[in-house]
Amino acid sequence: MTTSTPVIQAPRNRASKSNFELYSWIFMRLSGVLLVVLIIAHLFVNLMLGDGIHAVDFAFVAGKWSSPFWQSWDLIMLWLAQLHGTNGLRTIINDYAQRDGTRFWLKSLLYLASIVVIVLGTLVIFTFDPCIDPDSTLSVCQ
Amino acid sequence: MWSWVAHRVTGVLIFFFLFAHVLDTALVRVSPEAYNDIMSTYKNPVVGVLEAGLVAAVLYHAFNGLRVVLIDFWSQGPRYQRQLSYGVVGVFLLFFIPFAIRHLSIVFGH
Repeated sequence: MTTSTPVIQAPRNRASKSNFELYSWIFMRLSGVLLVVLIIAHLFVNLMLGDGIHAVDFAFVAGKWSSPFWQSWDLIMLWLAQLHGTNGLRTIINDYAQRDGTRFWLKSLLYLASIVVIVLGTLVIFTFDPCIDPDSTLSVCQ
Repeated sequence: MWSWVAHRVTGVLIFFFLFAHVLDTALVRVSPEAYNDIMSTYKNPVVGVLEAGLVAAVLYHAFNGLRVVLIDFWSQGPRYQRQLSYGVVGVFLLFFIPFAIRHLSIVFGH
């Protein structure tokens, strides 16, 4: 009986000597553990306390973001979640998109979307103005 | 195998929701009315049930992710891998059942 030797393709990224994949593997675990805490507290405060989803409106956001604590919380959560998600999707694209061109375009779209989300989200947190609401009862707007 | 598939599926789902969620929150920079309009969509009972599904995806991804971390970094992790899998299901239910009761009673109680 003859046995055929399976042909194993060479890795796509042979020339790379960087440790990027190692660092991204570690980042997924570190950011993941932090995100468990950040997101579960986010969901608890916004959806379970008070009147839950029915209380979420402009005044609710204004109340939260008048505090540097929640501004920082949301900023860290935004950056970690978006980078964690981008790296996760990058892995999935590498696994399933077989053609070089397909991988290139999907990853270009992914990175563009991630930059938009991080820049837009960061700007929104830092430039938020609670006083554009004429009915605001916050003391900073009086 | 299936926990790995579910981790990927829930991860992609959460990624797309995060994209939409940052865009809808960005409306606070447009006007209070624009933001309140989009938030009224989230208070719709059908969307309220979808939110519970999203929270289920987040909780599964969170606790299954902690299981992966324990298997990777805890010296006893691989030995207790079966118990850790049951632990994911147990902790998931511990968090999701109270959440679902609270959230759905808010969604349908208005």
